[in-house]
This record gives sequence, structure tokens and C-alpha cells, in this order.
Amino acid sequence: MSVFYFVAFLSIFFALMTIFTKNPVHSVLYLVITFFTFTIHYILLNAQFLAVVNFIVYMGAIMVLFLFVLMLLNLNKDTEPLKSNLVKFMGVVAGACLLLTVAGSLRLMEVSNPIVLKNPDIGLVGSLGKVLFSDFLLPFEISSILLLTAMVGAVLLAKNESKKA
Amino acid sequence: METIVQNIQGVPLNHYILFCSIIFTIGVIGVLTRRNVIIIMMSVELMLNAVNLLLTAFSAHSGDPAGQVFVFFIMALAAAEVAVGLAIIVMVYRNTRSVDINALNRLRG
Repeated sequence: MSVFYFVAFLSIFFALMTIFTKNPVHSVLYLVITFFTFTIHYILLNAQFLAVVNFIVYMGAIMVLFLFVLMLLNLNKDTEPLKSNLVKFMGVVAGACLLLTVAGSLRLMEVSNPIVLKNPDIGLVGSLGKVLFSDFLLPFEISSILLLTAMVGAVLLAKNESKKA
Repeated sequence: METIVQNIQGVPLNHYILFCSIIFTIGVIGVLTRRNVIIIMMSVELMLNAVNLLLTAFSAHSGDPAGQVFVFFIMALAAAEVAVGLAIIVMVYRNTRSVDINALNRLRG
């Protein structure tokens, strides 16, 4: 039980570091650590399939893509012009208002019952695969079309300009 | 395996909601206060992950695998979104030589 609170503290800390670090490369690395703590959360919920997918897709693919673009554009120094302090202050106030609204609405609920894994093997690959290929077969096929469209779009966007330049 | 399952017993669902809303708020603050387009996209990823974790927690709480399947679809969607978004950023950088969000003001025409 205390493992959850420790890992939650780590996630919040590294997420804050992601936002407030000046250097973009350090920011990406902190985000990788944040995603790693999310993987630990998935393991704690016994969602093993999602833990592995989070590890491979987010930490392996998406963050490497971010790092590639940062290095490709040669932005690994803090060249970012800062926003004015007023805009920063207003942003933080807006975020705090959102958090206060959610936390205040949580107070109306009584303390909910703790999470009990009634069905511990719900997140294993076998049971998820059975659901995915019976109830969710059509969305699964459509998501392949989505990925194909994204791939074609990314290649077109990146290629068209280099031919002109 | 048994110890992992026992480890999570006793965390109230409210604490999961609170934790995920804190992470989501951090993402919102990042979008509002930074000017680098790449860091803004990273904040969006942070928000997506907070929602994913909350969906998984509710799915484990109610014993319904549909929530975890939905998280899987959200991850596929996030991969597609990042690929197209980063391609757009590379193209904007080639045209304007900066990743400042204010460089996109010229889209207003």
C-alpha cells in the first residue's frame, strides 16, 4: 500500500521537473522517468499487458522520437524565449483552479472503498486478447487504418518540403 | 505475483482520482506556461497518460477488462498523434527556423 504513495510522489516530482526544466533534452529525460513510474503503477494494478505496452511504446518509441526531433533541430540548448511573468502566473492560477474544482468535488464523495482486485488476471495478455478479438474486433481493425493514415501523413509532411528546398 | 496483488489492496479509489488529476493539472500548466512546441506536446502526452492510468484503475476496481482495452486504443492513437505532430513541427521549423509557438501566429492570415 505504501508503495503506491511512494511511486505517486516520484511521478508528481518528475512531472513537475519536466515542466519547469529549462533545457529541452533534460525535460525529455525527466518525462521518460515519469513514464517509467507510470509503468510501475500499471504493474501494481496487475495490468501486465498495459505495463509492457507502456514500456515499449511510450518509453521506447515515442520518447526516442521526441529526442530525435530535438537533436535533429539542434535545440539541445535553452534558446527558448520565456513568457512574461504575468502569463506564467495566470497559467499556474488556471491550473490550480482546475485542481481545486476536481478535489472539491471529490470531497462530496465519501471515502470510497479500497481497490480490491476481484478478478486478478483481468489485465493478463490472455484475457485481454480474448476481449480484444471478440468484442472489440472492429475498432481494432479500424485502428490499423488510423496508424496507416498517420504514417502516410507523416511521410508526406516531412518529404514534401525537402523536395522544394 | 501474490505479493504484488496484495500490495495494491487498500488504496482507496479516491486517491487514484486525486493523483491522476494532479498529473493532469501539471500537464495543463505546462501547456499554458511554456512556449516551446515540443514541450507543449510532451505536456499533452502527460495528460493522456494520467487519463490512461485512471481508466486502468477504474477497470481494475470494477473488474471489467473493457477499460484496459480502451487504454490500448488510446496508446495507438497517441502514437499516431505524435508522429503527425512531430512531422508538422519539423516542417514549421524548416519554414520559420524556430519552434516558438508565437511563430504560428502567421497562420491567422
